[in-house]
Amino acid sequence: MLSKRIIACLDVRDGQVVKGVNFEGLRNAGDPAELARRYNVEGIDELVILDVTATLEKRRTMARTVATVARELFIPLAGGGGIASEDDAAAAVDAGADKVSINSAAVANPALITTLARRYGSQAVVVAIDAKLEGDRFGVYVRSGSTPTGRDAVEWAREAADRGAGEILLTSIDKDGTRSGFDLPMTAAVSQAVSIPVIASGGAGTFEHFSDVFTQGCADAALAASVFHFSEHAVSELKAYLDAQHIPVRLR
Amino acid sequence: MIVALIDYKAGNLTSVRKALTSLGAEILTPDTPADLARAQAIIVPGVGHFEATSAMDASWHDAIRARLDAGIPLLGICLGQQWLFEGSEEAPDVPGLGVLPGRCVKLVPVAGSIGSLKVPHVGWNALKQTGRPSRLLAGVQDEAQAYFTHSYVAPESDATMASTEHGVAFPSVVEHDLVFGVQFHPEKSGDTGLRMLRNFLDVAEERRVS
Repeated sequence: MLSKRIIACLDVRDGQVVKGVNFEGLRNAGDPAELARRYNVEGIDELVILDVTATLEKRRTMARTVATVARELFIPLAGGGGIASEDDAAAAVDAGADKVSINSAAVANPALITTLARRYGSQAVVVAIDAKLEGDRFGVYVRSGSTPTGRDAVEWAREAADRGAGEILLTSIDKDGTRSGFDLPMTAAVSQAVSIPVIASGGAGTFEHFSDVFTQGCADAALAASVFHFSEHAVSELKAYLDAQHIPVRLR
Repeated sequence: MIVALIDYKAGNLTSVRKALTSLGAEILTPDTPADLARAQAIIVPGVGHFEATSAMDASWHDAIRARLDAGIPLLGICLGQQWLFEGSEEAPDVPGLGVLPGRCVKLVPVAGSIGSLKVPHVGWNALKQTGRPSRLLAGVQDEAQAYFTHSYVAPESDATMASTEHGVAFPSVVEHDLVFGVQFHPEKSGDTGLRMLRNFLDVAEERRVS
């Protein structure tokens, strides 16, 4: 049976992980490669390295970060954050990313999805959608959640899939950073509307939140960042918990 | 150990190259079928549409078969594994290498089984070993998980060494003499995948020494 995936997100700025990292025993808590190594040992299924750097010069640091992690870890690795063009995507892939995550650029230029899918295959194209409840629908926002697009998340996810996206990374703006649980209605609405996998993101705070998003939210994968920093064994403990709830996961 | 990694422009070879390099292999990307003469093992990777395999024309088929006959092992990964069979309904006019019997078909999970199963089949899933003696699976635990991303599957045959369940069971590891195939991505399947790549290189190494 296909396992539900647990994905760790590393938000990286200037070569350092920026969300609170407080592991004991890490030589350098902010070093993405060190953190990635730790997660891998604990059984993480996939990694996303998200570039939260603004400038071009620092982007090169980002490519080095991806390359360093990709050199030693042999699990799926996605790169994202500020990918605006085919060239940006190529830089991430050349550095060793198996997938690229595109967000604002896909909304501005949906043809980019098809271009990248033709070049690298759909499995390499993740369309990231940031959305929040607006009346009776979920509205899509871009530019780190600051700019409304007037688009509906369910409809945009369908279009992205039709254009060649291989996966949807769906982040709830309402839930992000709250640790109050994933947005279950939104995740379920999008997941049931498309035949490609949906990765739920935003709001993870407890192990129960993960089981909820896999059952009620119909998510295929769940992504989190800071929740995995709570304890040294968060990833392996989470998987043991989900296994006990009869949710299929990869155990090591 | 010189491994020929065939680049037929279907996807990105970086990950496969990296994994093999980490295992100490030297990678050769042949430009022409004649370049295969130096190879001590051949790997056909690939993601995407079966149509893409048509870039490996009859001259490639002949050269790869000739190397197999000369005792050089062959590993197909994902689309590369499907290509080892006679063909695929994804691109009915494109012949596969035909060193394994049958044609590949679209993965169609049986309706009503465990909620809605999605295709493509993306993620980690278990390799249920059939119990046939397999060199590729040496040291790999039964039900170990590997990373998949695909919509088509190989047909059942005596070569099936492990199968995987996604609504239906399909072959995920195949092996016959020097022909090996995996439907998943060993280069992305952590220690399990690396172990199987290592096992393949070991077969090649034994052939080289003997």
